[in-house]
Amino acid sequence: MSTLDIKNLQVAVATENGFTEILRGVDLTIKSGETHAIMGPNGSGKSTLAYSIAGHPKYTITGGSVTLDGVDVLAMSVDERAKAGLFLAMQYPVEVPGVSVTNFLRTAATAIRGEAPKIRTWVGEVKEAMAALNMDTNFAERNVNEGFSGGEKKRHEILQLELLKPKFAILDETDSGLDVDALRIVSEGVNRVKGNSDLGIMLITHYTRILRYIKPDFVHVFAAGKIVEEGGPELADKLEEKGYAEYTTA
Amino acid sequence: MSTLTTNYLAPSGREEAWRFTPLSRLGGLLDASVNLESANTISLVKNIEGLKFSIKSAEDLPAISVSDDSATIRAREFITQVTHIEVAKDANLSEPILLERTSLNGNPQASRTLISAGVNSHATIILQNTGNAILADEIEFDVAPGSNLTFVSLQEWDAKTVHLGRQHAVVSKDAEFNSIVVTVGGSLVRLLPTVEYSGPGSSADLQGLYFATDGQHLEHRLFVNHNVPNAKSRVNYKGALAGDKAHTVWIGDVYIRANAEGTDTYELNRNLLLSDGARADSVPNLEIETGEIVGAGHASTTGRFDDEQLFYLSSRGIPAEIARRLVVRGFFAEIVGKIKNEEIENRLMDRIDAELAKVGA
Repeated sequence: MSTLDIKNLQVAVATENGFTEILRGVDLTIKSGETHAIMGPNGSGKSTLAYSIAGHPKYTITGGSVTLDGVDVLAMSVDERAKAGLFLAMQYPVEVPGVSVTNFLRTAATAIRGEAPKIRTWVGEVKEAMAALNMDTNFAERNVNEGFSGGEKKRHEILQLELLKPKFAILDETDSGLDVDALRIVSEGVNRVKGNSDLGIMLITHYTRILRYIKPDFVHVFAAGKIVEEGGPELADKLEEKGYAEYTTA
Repeated sequence: MSTLTTNYLAPSGREEAWRFTPLSRLGGLLDASVNLESANTISLVKNIEGLKFSIKSAEDLPAISVSDDSATIRAREFITQVTHIEVAKDANLSEPILLERTSLNGNPQASRTLISAGVNSHATIILQNTGNAILADEIEFDVAPGSNLTFVSLQEWDAKTVHLGRQHAVVSKDAEFNSIVVTVGGSLVRLLPTVEYSGPGSSADLQGLYFATDGQHLEHRLFVNHNVPNAKSRVNYKGALAGDKAHTVWIGDVYIRANAEGTDTYELNRNLLLSDGARADSVPNLEIETGEIVGAGHASTTGRFDDEQLFYLSSRGIPAEIARRLVVRGFFAEIVGKIKNEEIENRLMDRIDAELAKVGA
């Protein structure tokens, strides 16, 4: 049982006119096995929350804390955070020309597990995970995210989730750009990982569509850099009906 | 000999051809007061059937092409003996021909070699440049009709080496010339991989990679002279730079003459800056005298090591150092893979890794 604890997190980003505050004191606790949906309008800071926890250098932490089982996450380098058990499925996964998916996955698995996976079991493991995500086997020989369709990029993210087996996954707008079939395949992948482990999930989304496939235990409404309302799954139904208007006019 | 050099005018550095080159670091190669020693510096690692290796007098084996390069003009003046490597007519050599440098003594030397690929022959030649040298070097390729010649030139020189080199191919009707140039060693390397054609239906593919670290000057000046109809050329050079005062220069000149109808050419140069303090100059030039061509294009990009790539890889647990190595290996893999020799590919990649580790990039 692990706990990801975010307390009064404040984050700014450097602009031409100095620092602009984006997160204004975020409090959120996620325990193993829980799924928390973070919902909010565009520009509310949802992605900033995701990238700040993962350690993107663009964001400056100006206050608050993030701990994983009591250990200071913010003091860790980006790769250390991943090794500690955090995983960020990105909205816009980055192309890495010349680096094959195979090579990338094996290098990542070696780093996360602390030793190179045994080649025989590894090949089987990758094949099985790819088949489960309806991915063609030649996919492994392509360069990371290069020329991938939107759906392929998201499947590739979830493939990594399956293979790297983190304690907590942050899914940043994983539903964006997916058609219904791809959304179902990707969501099933997330549910499968959760079923096989005690994964805690922070599911960031603008729309309620993905919540039909990945059922949240808690829903948090995010606006102007912090959580403004919290509830159970029924809160998503309310947002579906009424939108974010009441949170943005304040 | 000295009477010949009296008319020689050393470059001042203002010439277009020399404006990027630090002339003070040439070890006397272009200095009119310095005599160059004629040397046959290329030797065969292993004899192969279908191949003839001989030393001939410079008078018996004059240069097959014209050059306006100062280093080449000067080297030719001093050369007394020429190395001649001949691939027999119709020979199909499945094994690569390995060449190495010998007779280098660290003094200013001049060396000239002619590589003749016989009619309808097929061969791969790999030249491994190692050691300590101050060398003005010329290699010409006579690529006979219907032949296919691949030449791999590996510059793995010691740190102090100065290498001014011309590698000029004359590609005949229906012949194919492939060049792969890899420059990782040396203090100052200035290479001129150049091509002209002597018959239609011919093609040239020039691939290259260079990796400059602290203080290295690595310069590649390509020239493809489309002087016949229906010839094809491809140029693809990739460079990486890391460390203080690492400098690379890539010049890609393509000239499509009025008679060169049906020309198909594309040249590309990409540079990856891995740290501050390094400088990559990249100048593609395309001059076209006829519009009746299949295609002509060029592209040049110079970019920094991408923070987003680094973040993506690191966020999967991959430490920054390994992430950088992955990206650089990936960047070069396309070129290195063309050598099609696992031992050399591994050696080059290991060297690139080691250079990266050394500069802490």
